[in-house]
Amino acid sequence: MSDLLLPLPILIAFATAILAFFFRSGPEGRWISVAGSVAMLIAAAMLLSQVLTDGIQVAQMGTWAAPFGITLVADTLSAVMVVITGITGLAVAVYATADISPEMEESGYHALFQVLIAGVSGAFLTGDLFNLYVWFEVMLIASFGLLVLGGRRVQMDAGIKYVTLNLISTIMFLSGIGLLYGVTGTLNMADLHQKVQAADPGLVTVIATLFLVGFGIKSAVFPLFFWLPAAYHTPAFSVSAVFAGLLTKVGVYAMMRMFTLVFTQDIGWTHGLMLWVAVATMITGVLGAAAQTDFRRILSFHIVSQIGYMVLGLALLTPLALMGAVFYLVHHIIVKANLFLVSGVANRIAGSTEIDHIGGLYRGAPLLAFLFLVPAFSLAGFPPLSGFWAKYVLVKASLDLELWLVAAAALAVGLMTIYSMTKIWGRAFWKPHPGGTVPSLGSLSASERFFLLSPIAGLAILTVVIGLFPEPFVQVATRAAEELLDPSAYVTAVLGAPVTEVAE
Amino acid sequence: MTSLIVRAATRLLVGLLLLFSIWMLLRGHNEPGGGFIGGLIGATGFILYAVAHGSKAAREALRLDPRSIAVGGLGLALLAGVAGFLPGDGLFAGQWLFIGATETDKGTPLSTILLFDLGVYLVVLGSVLALVFALEEEV
Amino acid sequence: MEFLVALMCGVMVAAAVYLMLARNVLRFLFGLILISNAANLLIFASGGLTPESPPLIEYGMDAPPEGVANALPQALVLTAIVIGFGLFAFALVLVYRAYQTMGTLDSDEMRLAEPEDRA
Repeated sequence: MSDLLLPLPILIAFATAILAFFFRSGPEGRWISVAGSVAMLIAAAMLLSQVLTDGIQVAQMGTWAAPFGITLVADTLSAVMVVITGITGLAVAVYATADISPEMEESGYHALFQVLIAGVSGAFLTGDLFNLYVWFEVMLIASFGLLVLGGRRVQMDAGIKYVTLNLISTIMFLSGIGLLYGVTGTLNMADLHQKVQAADPGLVTVIATLFLVGFGIKSAVFPLFFWLPAAYHTPAFSVSAVFAGLLTKVGVYAMMRMFTLVFTQDIGWTHGLMLWVAVATMITGVLGAAAQTDFRRILSFHIVSQIGYMVLGLALLTPLALMGAVFYLVHHIIVKANLFLVSGVANRIAGSTEIDHIGGLYRGAPLLAFLFLVPAFSLAGFPPLSGFWAKYVLVKASLDLELWLVAAAALAVGLMTIYSMTKIWGRAFWKPHPGGTVPSLGSLSASERFFLLSPIAGLAILTVVIGLFPEPFVQVATRAAEELLDPSAYVTAVLGAPVTEVAE
Repeated sequence: MTSLIVRAATRLLVGLLLLFSIWMLLRGHNEPGGGFIGGLIGATGFILYAVAHGSKAAREALRLDPRSIAVGGLGLALLAGVAGFLPGDGLFAGQWLFIGATETDKGTPLSTILLFDLGVYLVVLGSVLALVFALEEEV
Repeated sequence: MEFLVALMCGVMVAAAVYLMLARNVLRFLFGLILISNAANLLIFASGGLTPESPPLIEYGMDAPPEGVANALPQALVLTAIVIGFGLFAFALVLVYRAYQTMGTLDSDEMRLAEPEDRA
C-alpha cells in the first residue's frame, strides 16, 4: 500500500499540472488546480495518518532495492511537511482563482504552480541524496518560471538575482554530492548514515560545510540571504505567498535531514557554526525589516529572521530544540503564506504595497484588519497564537543549555518583530489613506471577496487552533524530533525493509 | 541569414535530422542513444528550419505549441511510470510485451520503458524549441 | 589520471570564479556554466576512473564482469548535465529578456527591485 501512497502526492501534483496546462486558456484550468490541490492534500493526510499509526513508510521506485534504486521515505517530519505543503497549496490555489490574471493563466501559471508543489513534496519525501537534488531542480525551474511570469521590469531584475544565486547554491550542493559519493560510495541517505562513520572525519566535515553553504543559500541564512528580499516582493501575490511559505523551508528541511542523519561527525564545528549563523540570521533579518517601507519587503526580511529560529533549533540539537524547530517550521509556513496573501488583498483595495502610500484599511476593511492581526501577532509570538509556543520552546531549549546570549537574542528579535508588525499596522491600517479615499472590500466583486478572503481566514483559523490546542501538534513534533535524533528506525526502515524482497 | 545555400541545405537536412532523431530514440534501449539525445537532434531539425525560414514558419511546420508538446511528453512519461504499477509491481517498474514471440525469437519487444523514453523525447523537443523560439522572436 | 582531472576541476573553478566576479551578467552566466561543468567533472572523477570496459552486462549474466567502469557516477553526471542544460538555457533567455527590458547588463545598474534609499 505504501508503495502507492508515498508517491501519490507527487503524482497527483504532476497530473494536475499537465491537465491544468491543457486547459490553460479557459477558466477550467484554475478549478483543475484547486481540485488537484484538494486531492493532493487528501493523499498527504492519508500518508500522515499511516505514518502516525504504522511508523516510517518506505517505497522503492521501479522495484530496485535500496540502496541502489530511488527510495521514497516518509517519517513523521516528511509526512507533516507534505501535509503542510498540501494545505498551503490549496490555500494559494483558491486565492489564485481571483488573483491571477487570464494572461498569466494563459502562460501556464497553474501548471507551473503544481509542478512547484510536486517538486516541494518530492524533496520532502525522497530518501536519496541525488534524488533530492533532482527535486530541488524541479522546484527551482518551476519557481524561475513563476517569478518572471508577467514579465514586468522589476521581475526581470529580481529574476536575475534569484536565478543566479540559486544556481550557485545548486552547484555547491552538487559538488558536495560528488565528493560525498567519492568518500562513501553511496547516496542513499540511510546508507550514508552508516557508511559515513567509517570515512575520514576531516573530509566529511569539509563536505558537510559545503552542504551547509549550499543549503544555506537555499534557506536564506546569514550571510547568504540577500537574494530573498531582492526577489520575493516582485511576482504575483499568490506566487510570493507560496514562495514565502514553502521554498526556503525546503532548504531548512534538507538541512535538518542531512545534519541529523548524516553529518553528525563533528557537531562542535558544524552545529556550532550553525548556532552563530542562526543568531546572526535572526538579528540581520529583523533589522533589515525595520528599514523597509514596503509591505512585502518587510515580510521578506522577516522570513530571513524566522529562518534563524528554525536553524537555531537544529543547531542546539536537543530533543526539545528540534521539536521547537519542527513546530516553528509548520507554524511559520502557515503564518507567512497568510501574511503575503493579506498583502495582496491590501494591494487590491488600497492600490499599493508601499505602506507610506496607503492607509485607512482599518476603517474601510475591518475584516481584513482582523485577518492581518491574527498572523501578525502569531509571527511576533503573542500568546495564545501558534508563534508563541514555537518561540517559547526554542527560548526554553536555549536556556536549558545555558546559552543566555542566544535566548536573549531570540527574545529581542521577537520584540523587534512586533515593531515591524505595528509599523505595518500603524501606517497601512490605521492612518488615513494619503489619497483621501477609504479603501473598502466592497470594491471587490462578491466572488472575488470570497476566493481572496476564505484562504486567509482558513489559515488564520489554523493558526488560532494550533495556538489554543497545541498539545496534539506538540506530540507530533516531538515524535518527529525523536526520529531525527535517533535515526536507527529510519535506517532499518529503508535498508531492512521487507518490501525490497518482492517478486522475481 | 536566409542565404540560398542554407535554405537549399535545410530542405535536405531537416528530414534527415528528424529521421535520425527517431532512429536515435529507438536504438536507445540497448545502445547509446535514447529520448534525450533524440529529442535534441529533433529540435535541431526545427531550429535549422527556423534559421532558414524564420521561427514563424517553424512554428507552423511544428503545428503544435512546443510547450504543449513538452507537457504532453511529461504526461506520457508519467503514464509509463504508473503503468508499471498496474500489474502489481512498483511504480516505474518496466513492463514488457513481446509481439509475435516464438521459442527462438523474442519477436518485437514493446515496453513501458520505450513509452517513457518517448515522453522524454517530447519533453526535450518541446522545451528546447520553446526556449529557442523565445530567443528568436524577441529580436 | 585522477590527479589530472582533479587539477582540471581546480583550474575550471578558478576560471569560473574569475568570470563570476565580473559586473557583466552575461560573463557571470558563463562563469556559472563553467563552474557547473567543473562540478560535473568532480562527480565523474570521484566515482573513480577505470579505463577498462563499459558497464554492460552480457546476455544471460546477472552481474557485469570485474573491472568495469562505475556506471552510477556516469548516470549522475548525465542527469546533472541534462538538468543544467535546462536551467542554463532558461537563465540565458532570462538574461536576454532582462537586457531588453532594462537596457543594461551591468549588475550595478540593476536596482529596479531594490531601489537606492530615497532618504
